Amino acid sequence: MNRRPVLRRAALLLAALLPLSAAAQDVLIRNATVHTATARGTLQDTDVLVQGGRIAAIGTGLPAGSAQVVDAAGAPLTPALFGGITAIGIEEVSGEASTRDGALALGQNARDITVRPEFDVTLAYNPESILLPVARVEGIGFTLLNAGTTAGGSIIGGQGAVVRLDGSPDPIGPKALFVSLGARASSLSGSSRAGQWMLLDQLVDEARGRIPADSRFALLTPAGRATLARYLDGGGRVVVAVDRAADIRQLLRWAHKHKLKIAIAGGAEAWKLAPELARAGVPVFVDTLANLPGNFDRLGATLENAARLHAAGVEVGFSQSDDASHNARKVRQLAGNAVANGLPWEAALAGLTRVPAQAFGVADRTGTIAVGQPADLVLWSGDPLDVAHTARQVWLGGRAVPMRSRQTELRDRYLRPAPAPESGALPRAYPPRVD
Amino acid sequence: MLRPLTAALCAVLFAGCASTGSGTSGRADAPATPSGEAATAFASTYRPIAAPPVLITGATVLTGDGRRLENADVLLRDGKVAEVGTGLAAGADAVRVEGSGKWVTPGLIDVHSHLGVYPSPGASAHSDGNEATAPVTAQVWAEHSVWPQDPGFGAALAGGITSLQILPGSANLVGGRGVTLKNVAATTVQDMKFPGAPHGLKMACGENPKRVYGQKGGPSTRMGNVAGYRAAFIDARDYARKREKDASTKRDLKLETLAAAMDGDILVHIHCYRADEMAQMLDLAKEFDFRIAAFHHGVEAYKIADRLGAEGVCGALWADWWGFKMEAFDGIQENVAIVDRAPGGCAIVHSDSDEGIQRLNQEAAKVIASARRAGIEIAPERAITWLTRNAARALGVDRVTGTLEPGKMGDVVLWNGNPFSVYARAEKVWIDGAQVYDRHDASRQPVTDFMLGQPTAQGGVR
Repeated sequence: MNRRPVLRRAALLLAALLPLSAAAQDVLIRNATVHTATARGTLQDTDVLVQGGRIAAIGTGLPAGSAQVVDAAGAPLTPALFGGITAIGIEEVSGEASTRDGALALGQNARDITVRPEFDVTLAYNPESILLPVARVEGIGFTLLNAGTTAGGSIIGGQGAVVRLDGSPDPIGPKALFVSLGARASSLSGSSRAGQWMLLDQLVDEARGRIPADSRFALLTPAGRATLARYLDGGGRVVVAVDRAADIRQLLRWAHKHKLKIAIAGGAEAWKLAPELARAGVPVFVDTLANLPGNFDRLGATLENAARLHAAGVEVGFSQSDDASHNARKVRQLAGNAVANGLPWEAALAGLTRVPAQAFGVADRTGTIAVGQPADLVLWSGDPLDVAHTARQVWLGGRAVPMRSRQTELRDRYLRPAPAPESGALPRAYPPRVD
Repeated sequence: MLRPLTAALCAVLFAGCASTGSGTSGRADAPATPSGEAATAFASTYRPIAAPPVLITGATVLTGDGRRLENADVLLRDGKVAEVGTGLAAGADAVRVEGSGKWVTPGLIDVHSHLGVYPSPGASAHSDGNEATAPVTAQVWAEHSVWPQDPGFGAALAGGITSLQILPGSANLVGGRGVTLKNVAATTVQDMKFPGAPHGLKMACGENPKRVYGQKGGPSTRMGNVAGYRAAFIDARDYARKREKDASTKRDLKLETLAAAMDGDILVHIHCYRADEMAQMLDLAKEFDFRIAAFHHGVEAYKIADRLGAEGVCGALWADWWGFKMEAFDGIQENVAIVDRAPGGCAIVHSDSDEGIQRLNQEAAKVIASARRAGIEIAPERAITWLTRNAARALGVDRVTGTLEPGKMGDVVLWNGNPFSVYARAEKVWIDGAQVYDRHDASRQPVTDFMLGQPTAQGGVR
């Protein structure tokens, strides 16, 4: 039964609805099991001191000074988690087109291909989306905004970037370019996945100036050529959604040829090319739970994908293929199931923290617990990779996040008994009195 | 990314979700049984696999009726639960299974699945879940669409699912009949049909029907939806009267199904998200004097949990889905827990997903964790009822499965630990006393015809 004091509820509600603009208070988290997601691994009975929004010290018996003290009593402390590749803040209700900004479709119909790598989905980002607090209270601190592909667009969705879910309006890292390959995108490449390589080679030729800009075959705008050129020769991360092993093999050849720095999203059959992916240094963001042969690109899907990739030396992260945004909190379940199917626990935590932070260029901003890092932290009720536990407190940039969201407001409203009209009490729609 | 929509999301966004209802508290001791001409059509040919007695010893046992027994034994004999207790004896012919440190539960039951009708792989040729040609298609039966070779059945078995209801989708106001299956590998759906289980009737509220038919002659509004249900039941009532007066009246498959729902022979399951719409459907049921076994999805069930409990209507719900459309905007993670704690409440965790059905125990674990954060403590022996007894009740099969009471079907799961954890895995599964799954023995892991010989399938669906 929920028995929160009325006054405190009201204050928290107010706080939850404001951006996280209050000044960070220094805090000392005592006696935590600190999962650093660094080479230091896990530190037992350890204190973490946060000053000025950054981690000032990690050790035992640290003096609190003027900092607020939180006794973790041995509970796990982790970096704030990566929520996956999502549309958080660029999609409010999936079924309502007017609330979706995640994909560009300038073509008049599905047969038109409009290639606009310069499309930058971060410009649509709404830091006041209610999806942010919903994810945040579950320990999610950052996400990579996805530029999707759709009919009337092309296999190149455009660009996204990492945002920190603290209500700040701008990305905290470099742009990433999104490409979709295989069956999921064959309708955007003349109904054949072979057409995807033909198009990509042409686009590279345009970006390198080997096809005149005024050629009647040219697909890119001047801005598009400039954008794509920035990603060639390793100038930016290209995130490729692809599942079939044969397509991944072609991708590795293509990326090598053009010296592209890629990451794979999905990669249902990536385990078959694990040694090659390890040699090429390609991180793979797997959806552990997509373990069925859902289409003919995924016949080799297995719960052991993450474990096999890791065993071969591939950096493994996590991202969902379905319901990634509203249910971003489910990303923990992906990691936990990977552990249940052979992935070492520390590698799974890294897949939710350090690996995405490094892959998407924000490792100096988030993703690890280390002195000097911004204090993006989560204190858990128990094992953070087990769905049986929840986040007790989240800090972003050293600020304690109000552990409230529209969902907790709904919950608390309906945990109160419905007042009988005869009692003279007003319906639940009226806020509780603040005495 | 152009997302490969899974059956689950196809279902919720594009009309695939349906629910079939089953016995509610008012009828728990009087399970519906099929009657009339439809009862004998497409009859079950399921035959339990013969097996020696099984004695599981020294386990933590969740009985499914609210009890938890420590260091307990479970004896299966002749396909049934023979005894649950301590120090049980079994003959020399019994297979002994060491259960210390492990947990035993009844087989899990999913009341809302589209396996077989939206199977893997999700080819266009396999899209058999929505007869989206008219808003009322009570005449269609989901079992006529089920592809038994869907690899999803075996994956669900690995997650401890022993029975499941396959429903038509939610494109239509009335989508058709659902069928309850035993989760056994078979060549025909008749070989999977749960003997004696009543059919379900799938109905749908809200956005899906009006979206699908808004440009196809209607309904295009929620008020049009309700008018459509009422017109259909008026026709069915008229048909039933004619048939009663004159047995030679030509059969009408659509009206026969609706009339059987009004008679209680078919259990009504309604896909319905919003609290206000569930209240409309409760009134519809009053107008036409039928019972609703369960609301499915019901993301706002928490807003009317007391009424659902009082009326004996189950809520078959997700742990955490929300926001994928307007009628799902108010979803909260404590929905199941709030429905469960209401007096008379009947909470069920359902999947509507080929992914979720593999991990219903984890879905329930999420509910427990969220409820704890809200100050509601739920014991494992309580939570297991959401996946077993309550689900069996909604399907009208609670007299024969859903708990470990002696005499019930030997549908049992042995877990490697507390099932309400992300690390929990079903180690062995028995259906009617026969061991049909073993995590550590490939010879007890079904491989569908579709996956057989796939050169890329070494990973399997394990």
